[in-house]
Amino acid sequence: MIRINCPYCGERDHSEFSYGGDATINYPSLDASEKEWTEAIFFRKNIKGFQFETWHHSNGCRMWLVVERSTVTHEIKSVKPCHPDLQKVVKNNK
Amino acid sequence: MKTRRIDNYGKINRDKILSFRWDKKNYKGFEGDTLASALLANNIGIVGRSFKYHRPRGIFSSGVEESGALVTIGSKDRRDPNVRATTQELYNGLEASGQNAFPNVNFDLAGINNYLGRFFAAGFYYKTFMGIPPLEWGKGTAIWMFFEKFIRKAAGMGSASGLPDPDTYEHAHDFCDLIVVGSGPAGVAAAIEAAEKKLDVILVEQDSLIGGNQLAENDFDNSQIKNQLENLGIKIMTRTTAFGLYDNCVVGLLERVTDHILAPNVNIPRQRFWTIRAKHIIVGAGAIERHIAFNNNDIPGVMTVNASKHYLNRYGVLTGKRIVIATNNDSVYETAHQLSEAGANVTVLDSRTNFEIETNKSFEIRKGYVPYNINGSKKIDSLDISKSETINKSETIDCDQVLLSGGWSPAVHLLSHRGVKPKWDYNNACFLPSDTKENITMVGSSRGLWNKNDCIASGIAGTTDALNRLGISKTNYFFPKPGGWKNPIQPLYEVKYKKSRSKSFVDFQHDVTTDDVRLAHREGFISVEHLKRYTTLGMANDQGKMGNIIGLSLMAELLNKEIPEVGTTVFRPPYTPVSIGALSGRNVGKHFRPLRVTPMHQWNIDHGAKMIEVGLYQRPWYYPKENETLSDSYIREASTVRKTVGICDVTSLGKIAIQGPGSTEFLDRIYSNGFSKLQVGKARYGIMLRDDGIVMDDGTSWRLAENEYFMTTSTGEAAKVMSWLEELLQTRWTDLNVNVTSVSEQWAGVSVAGPKSREVLNNCVDDSLVITNNKLPFMGVTSTFLKGNIPCRIARISFSGELAFEVYVKSDFANTMMDLLWENAKKYDGCLYGLEALGALRVEKGHVTAAELDGRVTIDDAGLSKMASTKKSYIGSAMRKRGVLKNDDREILVGFFPTNLKETFNAGTIVCEKNNIKGQGIGRITSVTYSPELGHWIGIGFVKGGLDKWKDTTLVGADPVRNKQMNLKVVSPHMIDPKGERMYA
Ligand SMILES: [Zn+2]
Repeated sequence: MIRINCPYCGERDHSEFSYGGDATINYPSLDASEKEWTEAIFFRKNIKGFQFETWHHSNGCRMWLVVERSTVTHEIKSVKPCHPDLQKVVKNNK
Repeated sequence: MKTRRIDNYGKINRDKILSFRWDKKNYKGFEGDTLASALLANNIGIVGRSFKYHRPRGIFSSGVEESGALVTIGSKDRRDPNVRATTQELYNGLEASGQNAFPNVNFDLAGINNYLGRFFAAGFYYKTFMGIPPLEWGKGTAIWMFFEKFIRKAAGMGSASGLPDPDTYEHAHDFCDLIVVGSGPAGVAAAIEAAEKKLDVILVEQDSLIGGNQLAENDFDNSQIKNQLENLGIKIMTRTTAFGLYDNCVVGLLERVTDHILAPNVNIPRQRFWTIRAKHIIVGAGAIERHIAFNNNDIPGVMTVNASKHYLNRYGVLTGKRIVIATNNDSVYETAHQLSEAGANVTVLDSRTNFEIETNKSFEIRKGYVPYNINGSKKIDSLDISKSETINKSETIDCDQVLLSGGWSPAVHLLSHRGVKPKWDYNNACFLPSDTKENITMVGSSRGLWNKNDCIASGIAGTTDALNRLGISKTNYFFPKPGGWKNPIQPLYEVKYKKSRSKSFVDFQHDVTTDDVRLAHREGFISVEHLKRYTTLGMANDQGKMGNIIGLSLMAELLNKEIPEVGTTVFRPPYTPVSIGALSGRNVGKHFRPLRVTPMHQWNIDHGAKMIEVGLYQRPWYYPKENETLSDSYIREASTVRKTVGICDVTSLGKIAIQGPGSTEFLDRIYSNGFSKLQVGKARYGIMLRDDGIVMDDGTSWRLAENEYFMTTSTGEAAKVMSWLEELLQTRWTDLNVNVTSVSEQWAGVSVAGPKSREVLNNCVDDSLVITNNKLPFMGVTSTFLKGNIPCRIARISFSGELAFEVYVKSDFANTMMDLLWENAKKYDGCLYGLEALGALRVEKGHVTAAELDGRVTIDDAGLSKMASTKKSYIGSAMRKRGVLKNDDREILVGFFPTNLKETFNAGTIVCEKNNIKGQGIGRITSVTYSPELGHWIGIGFVKGGLDKWKDTTLVGADPVRNKQMNLKVVSPHMIDPKGERMYA
């Protein structure tokens, strides 16, 4: 079982979280072209090793998180809030 | 029948006699016995019939590796098949029986299979019944399906009771610094060392007693160890198996709480499924003794050497009188000595010629000898032995038992669960655990240590390793070297005697013979994983704990390779079988999944509602009057709504409060239609798309104030929409100042629909002026009060096409609201209506719900193109225009009538052209109902090209599942009041 250290709730089982997706996508503006959107939503790297991905603490604090996880070992290197303002709050509280 | 129990041996409690039944006869045993030891004591040799050949089978082992003594315990709804007699503790009143035999294991009619062996060789079923791929797939498969039920009956083990399980099971959780698996000398040393270093320790033991293999020693007493462990505050869990290791040092345990008790207390679970989150894991799971493959090596009376030692010293059972031990290593000699001291006549055949061993000469040692054939069928009569260099008929020994030791396999299973491949050790002829970066340390004989002092040293080293890895200490340590016998082991897996047609078993559990492995090789199934699947070697209850290495060695020999070059199969959880009951825990019956009810749930039931599950929600389905069927009821309800007024609980809709200065901009981005011009006090129906341009959900949003909205979603998508909004705000649009809060539980909602709905509401609100057509026009919203000073929100929204209102109050006022509305609705001959009538009303209007918006449908497909704004960009606006979503042959929403109006149809019907009824056709019917207004059945669904293409053509509805077919007329989905005059009234 993967255990994720939520910056707000502490370390919890992954069953409390929902997987989001690739956290490195820069979604284009809403008026961007079909081509740009196609790139953003259909093309994914199949990374072997650490990748940044989003997880939602859906059965916890409801925070969306960026999790740096190894696709090989499930090792988690870092967890932080997606929202930059929340990132600052977490940093200041440390 | 003479007992095999002998005096002055064993740790059983001879003062406590237990009665039990085996195959319908009464027997006695002692407290401390297992079923296997009690059967052996009672001189019962045959305890099962083998999987394919129905050969008589006895007890092979004294532990979890058992593949012969699989029996059925209990009766009726507590019947438990395939239980290992070797691990089943005896209790007073235990009822057990042999399996896979008719009429019983002693005389089994299917024993004939033994002589038809060639028909049951590996791959026989596939080849004979499933056709020779790829030419005969279709034909062969049909034959297989015909024969399968007979084959399954002939080849199989015990059968389940088929009755509901009367026992309860629990899920439990715990945390610790260190979990130690196995209470042998290594595990205990590790646990003590860790507890002394102030770690919080759990010690797990699958046996009922701690001690591990020391329990087979005649002078072992575990009481001191137990005291010491307890005094150190170590949590000892006996009768508990660590069945799997998972990520992040999570360990799965199965605790058998009452399996050793006849009539369990109903307040205690039968088993507990533990999830332990540890910081470090130490595995001292021991090693498992292997047998040797040779002709008839499965005759009852064959056993591992170590098992015989257990039965002697733990249970006081001498398993044979004239015993031959066949070995290739030093581990058997202590046992040989003890067996002969206990009164048996013992001969040791050692395949090695050149070795030194100290003995008191109480038994004979035949150096350089191996067994090659057992004579006998239901019991051992004699053993043919030979010089090990060339197997030739030379000598026959009279005996009643053959004990085997082909070496020891460290139990590396748990480490294998983590994907760590073991490495082959030539010196010890076994797989040893490899190192891992994870916090797991292997100790004791699981790392190939054969003597006790080495095991203890490894336990202490293991804990030092754990402390170092946890950053608590930085101490040097070393593990003793694998091995520990005086003379090296000589690999011996099979004794091949070609001049016989007898069977030589590799894996007893599935009757896999040496010939099966050779057959697999001849037919090209040479990779370990193919070998396993073709022969079923290493499958079923024991998962090849004894036979795997023998199978590998045979394949290595055939390929002229070394064992590590052939590979090893990956062990996966569970280590020993885990019951489905334990996996499901308390999540059974009503608790299978969460149940959601609306705040007026009881009110609905009290007023005659029949309920239906929608997602997790219980919703009113219909409100039958006396003798009414479902269809009587919903037709009456729907007609009443169209005629006067009806009331329907709509609380299950998702409700989200959207607040903050960016709210309007936010809604404008997520909905396909415009929200920027929505005035305060108005609601709007909106459609949300996914990024890829497909419809996600629909609902309404009400502008309550400049920067405050109340959003409703469909029942099924409520959670998804909420997560989606949070994702957008927290990851993409972090500059938008908007807060979203789920308020689904906080508000109770009801729809009041029908021409008399305003009159009903007039009587219920404090100030009837607020709901006049002027003050509250179509899609108007107001926050006001119901009588009794109950704050409420009212929106003039219609799903039925009639004049209608949605009224929301705080959940606590739900019943008061229902009483008030119902009292007044009755005055107008109104009704309560449920989901079925709601469905009928919306199908008549061509409104889409989850049945239509199934994740494949675009706005255009749903006939809602007008809802796609051209003045702004929104989520999905670019992608909805991509070519594939704009094809001419997209399936478009339409209505369907049966051409013959007296006919009916069902949702799921495939729509086809008249002379082309096949495959997926050109469309599908998604929702149907009887239309009270039109007087016949109607449906909505999708057809390629839509109404324009087919309005003058008769199509065919094919419903092969229900064996139905009907002609269809394609119509507009808006079948009633297409201009919506009623809603605006
Ligand atoms: Zn959290």
